[in-house]
Formats: sequence, C-alpha cells, structure tokens
Amino acid sequence: MDGLDDIALTAAVFLPLVGAAAMMLTPREHDTGHKVIALLTTLVTLAVGVYLLVGFDYGRADVLQFDVNTSWIDVINSRYILGVDGISLPLLLLSMFVCVLVVIYSWNHFPEPHNPKAFLILILVLETGMNGTFVAQDLILFFVFFEVVLLPMYFMIGVWGGEQRQYAAIKFFLFTLFGSALMILSFLALFFQGGQTFAIADLVAVASDNIPRSSQLLIFGGLFMGFAIKVPMFPFHTWLPDAHTQAPTQGSVILAAILLKLGTYGFVRIAIPILPEAAMAWAPWIGGLAVIGIIYGALGCLAQSDMKRLIAFSSVAHMGYVMLGIATLTEFGINAAVFGMVAHGLITGMLFFVAGSVKDRFHTLELSRLGGLLLQSPRMGWILGFCAMASLGLPGLAGFWGEFPAILAAYNPAEGLSEVLFRTYMVVAAVGTVFAAGYLLWMFQRTAFGTPREEFAQARIPGMHWPEYVAWTPMLILIVVLGLFPGLLFGLTTDAVGGAVAALGGGS
Amino acid sequence: MLESIWVIPAVTFASFWLILFFGKRLPKHGAEIGIAALGIAFVLSCVAVVEWNARPADEVVEAGHETGALEEGHGGAEVDDEGHALGEVQTLALESAVEAEGGEGEHEAEPIRSAVERNLTWFSFGGVDVTVGTAVDGLTVVLLFTVALISLLVHVFSTNYMHGDVRFTYFFAALSLFTTGMLLLVVSSSLLQALFGWELMALCSFMLIGHWWEKKPNSDAAMKAFLTTRTGDIGLLVGIVIMFFAAGQTFDIAAINEAALSGAMAETALVAGAAALFIGVIGKSAQFPLHTWLPDAMAGPTPVSALIHAATMVVAGVYLVARLYGVFWEAFDIGAGGVNPIALIGGITILIAAALAFVQTDIKKVLAYSTVSQLGYMVMALGVGAWTAAIFHLFTHAFFKGLLFLGAGSVSHAVHSFEMKDDMGGLRKFMPVTYTTFMIGSLALAGLFPFAGFWSKDEILLGAAENGYRLFEVVGIVGAFMTAAYMTRCVYLTFFGRYRGHGHPHESPPAITVPLIVLAVFSVGAGFLNFPGFERFFELTENRVFLLAGVEHHSFEVFPAVVSSAVVLAGLAFGGMLFFARHLPRGVTARSGAARAGYSFLVNKYYLDHLYTGVVIGSIKGGIARAAYWINQKVIDGVVNGVGIASKRTGSWVYRHIDQQVVDGAVNGAGFGAEGFGGILRTIQTGRVQQYGALLFGASAVLALTLVIFI
Repeated sequence: MDGLDDIALTAAVFLPLVGAAAMMLTPREHDTGHKVIALLTTLVTLAVGVYLLVGFDYGRADVLQFDVNTSWIDVINSRYILGVDGISLPLLLLSMFVCVLVVIYSWNHFPEPHNPKAFLILILVLETGMNGTFVAQDLILFFVFFEVVLLPMYFMIGVWGGEQRQYAAIKFFLFTLFGSALMILSFLALFFQGGQTFAIADLVAVASDNIPRSSQLLIFGGLFMGFAIKVPMFPFHTWLPDAHTQAPTQGSVILAAILLKLGTYGFVRIAIPILPEAAMAWAPWIGGLAVIGIIYGALGCLAQSDMKRLIAFSSVAHMGYVMLGIATLTEFGINAAVFGMVAHGLITGMLFFVAGSVKDRFHTLELSRLGGLLLQSPRMGWILGFCAMASLGLPGLAGFWGEFPAILAAYNPAEGLSEVLFRTYMVVAAVGTVFAAGYLLWMFQRTAFGTPREEFAQARIPGMHWPEYVAWTPMLILIVVLGLFPGLLFGLTTDAVGGAVAALGGGS
Repeated sequence: MLESIWVIPAVTFASFWLILFFGKRLPKHGAEIGIAALGIAFVLSCVAVVEWNARPADEVVEAGHETGALEEGHGGAEVDDEGHALGEVQTLALESAVEAEGGEGEHEAEPIRSAVERNLTWFSFGGVDVTVGTAVDGLTVVLLFTVALISLLVHVFSTNYMHGDVRFTYFFAALSLFTTGMLLLVVSSSLLQALFGWELMALCSFMLIGHWWEKKPNSDAAMKAFLTTRTGDIGLLVGIVIMFFAAGQTFDIAAINEAALSGAMAETALVAGAAALFIGVIGKSAQFPLHTWLPDAMAGPTPVSALIHAATMVVAGVYLVARLYGVFWEAFDIGAGGVNPIALIGGITILIAAALAFVQTDIKKVLAYSTVSQLGYMVMALGVGAWTAAIFHLFTHAFFKGLLFLGAGSVSHAVHSFEMKDDMGGLRKFMPVTYTTFMIGSLALAGLFPFAGFWSKDEILLGAAENGYRLFEVVGIVGAFMTAAYMTRCVYLTFFGRYRGHGHPHESPPAITVPLIVLAVFSVGAGFLNFPGFERFFELTENRVFLLAGVEHHSFEVFPAVVSSAVVLAGLAFGGMLFFARHLPRGVTARSGAARAGYSFLVNKYYLDHLYTGVVIGSIKGGIARAAYWINQKVIDGVVNGVGIASKRTGSWVYRHIDQQVVDGAVNGAGFGAEGFGGILRTIQTGRVQQYGALLFGASAVLALTLVIFI
C-alpha cells in the first residue's frame, strides 16, 4: 500500500499527460478513439482522486498527506514535493471531476474548427497543470504547473474561440504572464531572503522570522499581483470577460471552475501562510478590492446584453466573496473561501455549460433575442433557473456556503484588523447578494420566461441530449448535496484552515 | 410527536419530490399526493397540539425577573446531550446577568411547559458546531396547525380551480415545497436553519407568483416579490451574523433569546442586530416601506395568494419577531411604552395600506392591501408588547383572509375576472355559498362581534392601551374604522347591485365551496379560544421568553370592546351609506383639486413604485451600471490597452533603432510583450495571421524552454 500512496499524487498529475501522449500517437481521423482515450484518461485520473479521498486521514486534515519529497533541481535547491491537505484535496478533486465532465460534454459539442484530437489533448494538458498546481509544495514546481496551464488555454481560446478570439487569447495570456513575472520575482526573493529553499513548508516556518517587514510587504505585493490577476480581482479583471466570451464552452467551464481558483488557492496556500505579517497589512486593501469587486461585478452584469459575458462578470462578483473571506484572515473566512471556490466552480461551470448549449441551439446569446427557453427546451430552462438560484446563494444549495460564512467572517476579522472597516465590508457584501439576485433573475427572465422571439418562434429547438445529461447531472447533484451537507466539505477544510490560521497567529 | 416534529416538514418535502417525479403519471396529476401529504401533516399537527396541551408544566419562570429562576433539572425537557448542554449554557447566562428590569417583579413564579428541543450537529467549521434541530412550544404548534390546515384547504381548492392548467402538476409540487418552507421555519431551533425555510419560501413565491410566466407582468411580479424580500434579507443576514457573535457564537434561537434577556449582549450589538433583523421582517411581512411587492403578487394564481397571505411567507416575519421576542423586547425597550420602531412601522402600515384599499377596483388587490394592513396590526401588537394578541391575530387572520381569498377565487371562477366594477355585482343571487362565507370573512376582518377578528383585534387594542401605547391604540381604532368601510365597499361592489359582467355566473363546485365553509366555521369560532375566562389560546402559547421578559397579558375588558365595536359599526355604517344608500359624493374629484390630488396620490400608491422601479432600479440598471461598464471598458481596459500600445511603440522603436540584429532571451521577451499588446489593436484592423503565428511560436518557445530547463 505504501508504494501506491507514494505514487498516487504523481499519477494524479501526470496520468493526463500519458493519455495525451497516447492520443498524439493515434492518427487524427480516429475521432471516437480520441474521445475514448481522453475519457478513460480523465476517468482513471478521477479514480486516483477517489483513491486519495478514501485513503485520506480526515483526523489529520491539517497535515500534508500522500507526500512525496525527492530531489529535483539540486542546483537551486528546488525539490519535487507533492502533498495534499484538507485545503488542496477538494480543489484537486474538483479539477479531476470537472475534466471528466468536460470531456463527456465535448462528445458532440466540438466547436469549429473541430479537430477533436488537438482539442482533447489540450484539455488533458490543462488537467496536468491544474492538478499539479494544487498538489505542488515547492514554489518552483508550483510555478511550472501554474504556467503550464496558460498555453493550452491560450490555444483553446485562440483557435476554437469566437470572433475576437485572437484579442481575447493574447490579452488573457499576457495579462496572466505579467502577474506571473512579479510572482516569480517574489518567489526568488523568498528564496534568497528566506533561507535558500523553495519548499513551502520550510518557508512557512522560517520566512517571517528571516525577512524584514519592509521586504515582506514588497514580496507579498508581488505575490498579490500574480494571484489577484488570476482570481481576478478588481481592477485586474478585464481579461476575464473577454476570455470567457470568446472561449469555447469547454474552455469557459474550465476557466471558471478551476483556473480562477489557482489564484485564490495561491493566497491560501502560499501568500498568507508564508508572510502572515504582510498579509495582515495587506488584508484591508484586499478586502476593500473584494467588496468593490462584488458590487462592481454586479453592476457590470446589469450592463450586459450578452448572456455569456454576464456570467463572466458574475464571476468577478462571486470571487469577491471568496477574497473577502480570505481577507478576514479568520478560520470562518478561509473555510468560507475554500467552500466558495468549490461552489463557484460547480455553479458557474454549470452556467457556462448551459450558456454553451443555448448558443448551440440559437446561435446567439444576445439577451434581447432570447426568450421562452422554458417553452422550447423546458428542462434546460429549469436547469438554468436552478443554477441561477444556486448562484445567487439560495440556502440549501452550495453557493450559500461560500457567501454567508464570508459575510459572517467579515463581522469579526482577525485580531489586528479594523472591525469598523470589515463590518462596513460585511454590509456592502450583504447588499451584493441583492444585486446578485437582480442580475441572475433578470437574465433568467429574459432567456427562459416569456415566449420565443419571432425569429425563433417556428424553429425546432432540440431538447437536451445524452452528453448534456451525463455531464450535468453529477454537478447538479453535487450542488444540492453540498448545499444540504456542508459538513462534507467543511469537515475537510476546517482543520487544515485552523492550522494555517494558527500559523498566522504565531507569525504576527 | 413533539420530539419528532421534523416529520411534518419532511412529509411535505417528500411530497414535493414525489409529485415532481411521478405526479404526471397519476390519474389526478399529482394533486392526490399533495393532498395526502398535507392531510398527514395536518393530522400530525393536530396530534402535536394535543400533546403540547397535555404536556405538564415542568419549569418555573418568575415573570419579569431577568435574573431568572430557572428550575434545576429542567433539562428533562431536552432529548439528548446537546439539549442538556444548551440548558447549562442558559443557566450560566442567566446567572451571569446582573441587571433586573424592575417594575414588574411583583409577579408570582409561574409554572410553564418548557420547549421540546432536539438538536444534532450539522457540521462544524472554524471550531464552532453548527446544530440543526427542532424546538417545539405553543407558538410552534399553533403555527403548525394553522399552516397545515390552510395549506390543505388550498390544495383541495386548487384541484378544481387550477383544473386544466398547463403546469398543474408543477403547481402542486411548488405548493408542497412552499408549505415545507413555512413548516421548516416554525420548527427550527436555530436561526440559520430558519433562514433555509425563509428563503425556500422566497424561491417558491417566485415560482408560484410567476406561475404564468409567459406573460411579462407575471414574471415581473415574481421578480419584484423576490427582489423586495431579498432587499429586506440584507438586514436578516446581517442581523443573524450579529446575533451569532453577540450570543457567543451560536445560531440557537433559545440561547440568543436568553443572552439578550440576561443582558449578556453588548447594547450596541443588540440594538444593531435587532434593527437589522427587523429590516428583514419589513421585507418579508410587507411592512411599509417595502410592502409594494405584495399587491403585485396577485399576478399569481388565487390559491397561491391565499397561501401567501394567510399562512405562509408574509407571516414569517411576524413569526420571527415573536420567536426572537427577547431580542426585540430588550433592544427596543418595548416594556417602556411610548414609541418604538416596531410599533411605529406597524402603525404606519395599518393606515397607509387601509387607505389604498379604498381605491382598488381589483378584488384581490383590496384583499392584498387589507393583508398588508392586518400584518401591520400584528407587527404593531408585537411592538406594543401584546405578544399573545399578535399571535392570536395571526391565527384568526389566517382563517378569514384565507377564506376571503378563496372566496375571491370562487367569484372569479364564475365571472372570469377580478374587476369588481366591470365584471361583478349582484352575485349574491347566483352564488349563495360564496356570498355567505365571504360575508362572514368580511365581518371577521372588519372585527365585528362575535367573529374571530373581533377578539384578536380587541386584544391588540387593549394591549396598546394598557402598556402605555395610547397613540397606537388610536391608530388601531382608526384602522378598524377604515377596514370596516373598505370591506363594505368591496362586498357591495361584488355581491350587491346589478350584475355588470357577461354570461351566467354560477355557484362553484364542492372542491371550492367546502374549503370556504370550513374556513367560515373557523372565522366564526376561532375567536372563542381566548374567550374571557376560557383563555385556552393564551395558555397554549405562553412561553418562557415572554414570561422572562415580563410581557403582560391583558384579559378581556368590556369598555374598550364596546368602543371598538362601536367604531366598527360606524365604519360599516359609513361604508353602507356611501355605497348601499348611494350617498356617494359624486364628482368630488372633479370639483376639488385637493381631492383629485389625494385620489391620484392613492391610485399611484404614494408613488413608491415609481421611486423603486423608476428611480432606484432604473438608475442602478440604467445609469450606474452603464457608467460602471463604461469605466470598465474605457478607463480600466483603456489602461491595459494603453500599456499594450505604448510597449508596442517602445518595442518597435527599440527594434528599429537599437537592436535589430541582436537576439537574446530578454529582448525576445520584451518584444513578445510589445507585439502581443499591439496585436490587440491590429487584430481588429488588419488581422495579420503570420504575426500571431510568430507570437504563438514565441510564447510556446518561452514555456517550452521553461519546461526543458527545469524538468
């Protein structure tokens, strides 16, 4: 068993690459072959995830498990360290889970210019990058995986995207790369000032003692830029609506469900534990940007005429709640943030799936041209309504547990942070819930209620077909299950977060 | 039954799923499941009432003494370990209290029944165990009984009323879910769990008010209901958060009440929390100034209106105040008399809504405004310290308002319209059962002796008078006059005079009339539950929170009752004079400018809708959102694109003038950046493919390099 445990995480990260290699060797004409290989690969990877979930010791969720630690690049003392704790495990599983569903959904939804081989290979490469980011415990390793994600997504948007795909793809790529540049600078600074190591656990232990406060603040600033762009936080969010609008459905789903979480995860895993003092100093600003994002994203939504762009802006608002939770630097807040990441991944992922399927049928996402979806494709209409309700944070569905505890945490931020300020944030965030209800219901009303516009009145709109059922059902079930039994996720995260926050208290 | 009270909402919740999945295949399209479930729920609720009634008093509470005389070992009421732990917390909280309100300390220790609690740990996070569970006391069982009965009758009524509807099955599923929300709310032992029921109702009201969503006004009404109550929920969320911390990190309602009453809560947190919670109540219970959604909610099918107005949704707010009375009592110093926010909002609501009821021509809108007004009575009652009276009014109102709405439904079933002036009149001859029951409901609403409304309204007025709230007694009496008058108008326009509609109206079938008769019986009889000398209702609902707070319960007194009856009769006479005797001051609005202005002020509903829809929502959605988006595109994105353009220019300048021949990694990177951002513009203008090819190559080269170096 020990042997299996040792390679489990490595397998979780690199199995998708193996699948991708197999597909490269398969001739391009074998469409079905490619689909089968991709599906099997993601399924096997998910099976590894289930193995991790089963073997995970929940009593020690705050400790890294299934850890691997071998030498890698000795010359810079960067090691191949992998491990999962209660914070990374749910995100890792989310990534594996969503990839399977995306491949299933792709079965008959290949956007122009088709080419399933290349498309699916990109998804698998993406999965390696994402899984790797969530398990890497060495900064250089983290950085490599963090960057690996960029390229496949760049191609996915640039090749399979909409009309302005080039602009969107380049903007996405450069914007993120800009943040990464600052991030790697910070990593290097940590290395040189923090004791010549890239291992996250070592840095957590020594960095805050070794590094003078002024440098800490600067280093945190670099990390902040890298992660905040990825989240994205206001005002670094402008790449997101373009990327989402232009990306193919699958790209949007992966982008919303997983890629954005790399940023928030970075805060929780790296920036805050390593530099707690600096985090304390930055937290009021982060919280401020977070609540601006909540309101601003909502306003952005209300100004949209395109369904997909609206959902994209809603991500800015929702990630605002996640960041607000993180900024409180409390156990409540960071638990809420991790829950919010998973919930947003499932719910917004679903919304993009539905938007994609609507576009397939109507060839437009202009809100002014849609209407009466409930008449033409009732099930899809109800699913859209369900997701809208989940997204606006209806209790009983997963979204609520990302939102409410974040608001709760803001009432009582970590000691040392201004209560007045954070309570103001709390009220603004609570106001944001009404805005969220406003734009989501407005979108639902425009697309699903009413009767179809004249141009589509006679059109025969196909109902849902099997890849949609198969890909969506697990997500919908999970949204309900997590909504009713939040303990499933909080049980995993609470100890791990407790550990992280305890380090925070010690450091400050 | 009291310990497993969760079964009741569980039954209706199961019904929702069963109808959803199997309803369509059944002969009655799912209605049978809903009726069966509500039947079971009703029987179980009756059992709960009986069991509660038979439950011996096991706890002694010294009324008005906040230092508390909690009998040792009262934990016998609790069912499991969590319950015991809770009891200890309460005792500690009480012991630590130092402040005694004084003034009402003369009361004897009173034996009462303790609430039956049952809690399980739901989940824990951040070191706090969040529990889920049920707490049953008199208030709970009364509401269970009311909700289950009204909902059952609404289900029966709907089988005929909604017959042939395109979404019949779905309608019944939503009814079940709606009922589940309310039942869940009333059995909840924690605020967080109560929020689930609260929002579940918001969801269902959205689904049901917008039931005929093909038409835009209907979906607009559904949106309005959801968004308005959600606006109130800002307060609710914030209030729950404040209570959570103020009471020592718990959502438990009993613990929060104890903490508030014992003085363990910081004064500012208590007041801020109570004020925030009350904003939630204003939204949900349609109090001024957030009442505007309720009349629009008439866009939904009539049975839904009956359910919303009588037993679910709008009374949720009233219930919340009653349930957390310790918090509101302390925060707003209700015992002191004078004026406080709760009584004030309730009082304003009574009058403004009653005034609006005069100018409506749609029968359902008359009833809707009367609901708003009556909810005002309940809220005012809670504000003036008449706790029992508020609950009693909630109880009686459920029956006669349910009756009136279903009666209106029966009328519209006959004449296919809700317009009193155009399509009704003289219906008493055609629809005797509907007419008789509607009359009973109207008289009960007006508060005429001996109908149910008389008893409960009288208790409210008495409470206001005795507790030092004279002003609100007057408001209540004026409201009673107006109520009697506008209901006379409504009855006159509907059932008397000449029939103005088309076709031949006929009496409705039994599925519709039987519920009317049942409700009529309750509308007559329910008031006697608090008959002087036989105060079963009071004894049933008496609970430790209001005893601890020292809330006074005032028994019937003859003189005030005579006064209020005289006022009601005057109102009826006034209405009768105007409408029956046709002494309508015709042409007043044409002659007098002031009257015209007043009339249009009322017809436009005080311009509140214009303010909300036109000014607030209009400016957010139109102006502010567009401005924000403009800033997004032109300023924030402008900076991004500007940086791109600038570095593109710099890059090409450097490339041309300095470094055309040298190729090294660093310059490649910068040029790559420059090219990329410049490409942003060029894509739109020229779209030179080979450049992007080069860019892609450059990008992949950089990353490949990274990989090759490190792996």
